[in-house]
Amino acid sequence: MIRIRNLWKRYGSINVLKGLDLEVNQGETLVILGRSGVGKSVLLRHIIGIEKPDSGTIEVNGVLISSLRKAELYGAIKNMGMLFQGAALFDSMNLEENAAFYLKQHGNPQDEIEKKVLDALAMVGLSGSEKKMPSDLSGGMRKRAALARLIVYRPSILLYDEPTTGLDPITAQQINELIVKTQKELKGTSIVVTHDISSALYIADRLALHEDGKIVHVAEPEAFLKIDHPIINFLRENLTPKSRNKNE
Amino acid sequence: MYVLVKRQTLRILEMIGEYFSLLSDVFLAAVHKPPSWRIVREQLYHLGVMSLSVVAITGFTTGFVLAAQSFYQLGQKGLAGVTGVLVAKSMITELGPILTAFMVTGRVGAAMCAELGSMKVTEQIDALKSMAINPNAYLVAPRFLAGIFMIPLLTLFSIVMGIFGGYLIAVFFFNLSPLVYFQPMKLHITTFDFATGMIKAFIFGVILVTVCCYKGMKTSGGAAGVGRSTTQSVVTSYVLILVSDFFLTMLLNMIHMKLKHL
Repeated sequence: MIRIRNLWKRYGSINVLKGLDLEVNQGETLVILGRSGVGKSVLLRHIIGIEKPDSGTIEVNGVLISSLRKAELYGAIKNMGMLFQGAALFDSMNLEENAAFYLKQHGNPQDEIEKKVLDALAMVGLSGSEKKMPSDLSGGMRKRAALARLIVYRPSILLYDEPTTGLDPITAQQINELIVKTQKELKGTSIVVTHDISSALYIADRLALHEDGKIVHVAEPEAFLKIDHPIINFLRENLTPKSRNKNE
Repeated sequence: MYVLVKRQTLRILEMIGEYFSLLSDVFLAAVHKPPSWRIVREQLYHLGVMSLSVVAITGFTTGFVLAAQSFYQLGQKGLAGVTGVLVAKSMITELGPILTAFMVTGRVGAAMCAELGSMKVTEQIDALKSMAINPNAYLVAPRFLAGIFMIPLLTLFSIVMGIFGGYLIAVFFFNLSPLVYFQPMKLHITTFDFATGMIKAFIFGVILVTVCCYKGMKTSGGAAGVGRSTTQSVVTSYVLILVSDFFLTMLLNMIHMKLKHL
């Protein structure tokens, strides 16, 4: 379970997070929607410990992430993983090396690594591309490769930063399906930040609206769409017919 | 005005704090959990072997110039015999360490900063952190180890090349006898001179690697930011190398004086 209390973060003269509160239940997929620049990605970076809050607490499975020292933090986030907006593949390594990186760095046996890497690349549909370099891949393939790098070590908490941004609708739907498939397979807790309401409805157990540095509404998809709020009203009006829940 | 000065002072203090935090992090990582030999070897190759030619040319031509200048300036006063000592002393205590550090900063330091900077702006460094890997230990520590090992070696190479360059000019162009070139060195070049050169080379190695890596790790603002960081890393390294050279010269000579009087 992830519990965030009164989180504040300031960059220069701008307050990005203004007393944000949020709870994410074990095993659920929570999708955070909101306009650009409100601090959705910043929130994910705080949860995984890349950023330190100015004040407030972040508790992940009973561990107070926000107050850990660097060495303790690296121990505490080993079961967490993040898919970055630009994929963040290591461009000096091929796909196989990228996918194997975590396992190698954390001392897993070589034969086990090889098997897990091949399985992960197969799961995201990149079998046969093991030796390709990130620069040889399209945006969608890079996202899928980054997802393979994430699922290869089976983290119990997965954070996705705008996983479908910049992708064509078909590739975006492939990524959505992979997120759902990953969630079912790993049975972890997922937080997805996106602007894409269609994606959000497809993958979410619950939806949250992030506005002005705070989470202002959290609800299950059906109830969320009934909330009277200018942003939700706009999203509801722009729903495409294909937007449907993953369970349908 | 006051607010601006205060803000700038705080920013500089913050940068100094961040720099020393990186330095201690890298030092602890290098001691407690040394990086894999494969990664260090790669850095040793890039930093050391690939810099040999540029360091050789710099040392060699500096030796030429030093020998020519000292012969023209001192030869008329009957002091042509000090040419060899002048070349050797200058190369060992000052020019060898400084020129090597400058060359390596320009060739390798800038590349280190650009590489880490582009990793930073494309979130690759954040990806490392998200995988519970300390980027200072994984990325900076191998470069640090390669720097502190290779810069003194390259300096030694530059010194040898400088003395050899000076020898070629003095002997084959100014017709000085090889004995006159080398003999006074035995009398006037001391262990202290070598120690000075090597200590300086070591400190310059620490400065250039950590400053360039620090600037790379703090890059922001996309491709333009990478360019900005790279320029800053080279300029800052040059300035710090020159400033620290002065203080090291003073400090080491004072220590030497004290030890001589004991």
